[in-house]
Amino acid sequence: MKRYVSLFAATLLASPALADRLPIPAGAPPAFKAECGSCHLAFPPALLSADDWRRVMAGLDKHYGDNASLDDKTRRQLEDFLMHNAGSSWKLGSGGGDPPRLTLTSRFQRKHREITPATWKDKRVGSAANCVACHPRAEAGSFSEHEITMPGGRRHERD
Amino acid sequence: MKHLFPMLLIAACGAAQAETPRQVGDNYAAAQGGGFRATASRGADFFARKFNVSEKFPACVTCHTDNPAQPGRHAITGKDIKPLAPVANAERLTDPAKVEKWFKRNCKEVAGRECSAGEKADFIAFLSEAR
Ligand code: HEC
Ligand code: HEC
Ligand code: HEC
Repeated sequence: MKRYVSLFAATLLASPALADRLPIPAGAPPAFKAECGSCHLAFPPALLSADDWRRVMAGLDKHYGDNASLDDKTRRQLEDFLMHNAGSSWKLGSGGGDPPRLTLTSRFQRKHREITPATWKDKRVGSAANCVACHPRAEAGSFSEHEITMPGGRRHERD
Repeated sequence: MKHLFPMLLIAACGAAQAETPRQVGDNYAAAQGGGFRATASRGADFFARKFNVSEKFPACVTCHTDNPAQPGRHAITGKDIKPLAPVANAERLTDPAKVEKWFKRNCKEVAGRECSAGEKADFIAFLSEAR
């Protein structure tokens, strides 16, 4: 019981820091950035649950309209890495879509509820998965509110 | 002195993996056989050709732009892609496994089929001459 209580406390303490700092976990295989970071940002593993990562990794040949197939050894290595560093499904909600999308988890939608449909459709953004369009330091794992730039160069204003 | 031999060995192994664009292209030309000679202008045509197999990326230039010495942009994700031409990006065409992986992927997506070894040799000749 005591173990659960301290685990719970640790989770609470860790939450604020986790919200805007999502660096790629230490010990990530080099293939993670080389493979999963070549067509888009190497997405932080914590933003999708283990179950959803398994589904993403099971269909790399039909990957959201693209083909991201890997040799079997690399595929398994990356699947292990992603599932070990996955987020918890009760915090994230499941990613809708097939394969599942982290941009459709309820956590992502909640964090981005202020963004208007016009902004999502802006040519410079193009896709919600284009994190770098608004989080210029996303490659370094930083999603801090203070760094956000909205397309057009405007800094994001709270209303 | 005792350490020199292992160090040379390591250096030699490293060199075996990294190749020059020329070597990578020559290997494809040899694989095509029949004394195939790569031609940059055929590679340029291939690069610009509208295959129209995929609605989102009808041609190589959709993501890589029509100038391979310039950075491109992924047609769906919007991510920047570094230039393909070695003149602008010295890492290009030096890792045969990486080159083959992307030919495999991109030819299938764009042309709807694998590229022949000769088409790859032509494409590499084109990129190598791009300025
Ligand atoms: C050949 C290019 C390519 C490679 C390689 C690739 N992806 Fe993708 N990925 C895409 C495209 C295209 C999308 C769709 C993006 C969009 O709709 O904006 C995508 C979307 C995703 C999404 C959903 C993003 C969202 O909208 O929530 C996840 C998760 C993902 N990729 C994970 C991976 C992982 C893990 C790897 C490495 C095993 C990988 N990708 C490798 C092209 C690629
Ligand atoms: C159109 C611009 C835009 C895009 C694209 C975008 N974001 Fe955001 N993001 C924002 C805004 C605006 C906020 C909310 C800032 C606020 O008001 O707290 C935010 C907040 C966040 C937060 C919460 C930070 C915190 O302090 O709690 C995370 C994490 C995050 N985004 C990750 C991502 C990821 C990962 C992607 C790509 C899959 C992405 N974002 C794509 C604009 C964007
Ligand atoms: C959907 C976008 C897209 C299209 C269309 C596309 N590519 Fe690519 N290509 C990429 C990405 C992403 C990379 C890897 C990014 C990186 O290494 O910086 C890449 C890398 C390559 C490489 C690897 C070079 C090296 O040594 O690193 C070659 C060769 C290549 N592409 C050829 C082609 C050819 C030929 C076509 C047309 C048949 C094509 N590409 C069409 C996105 C695309």
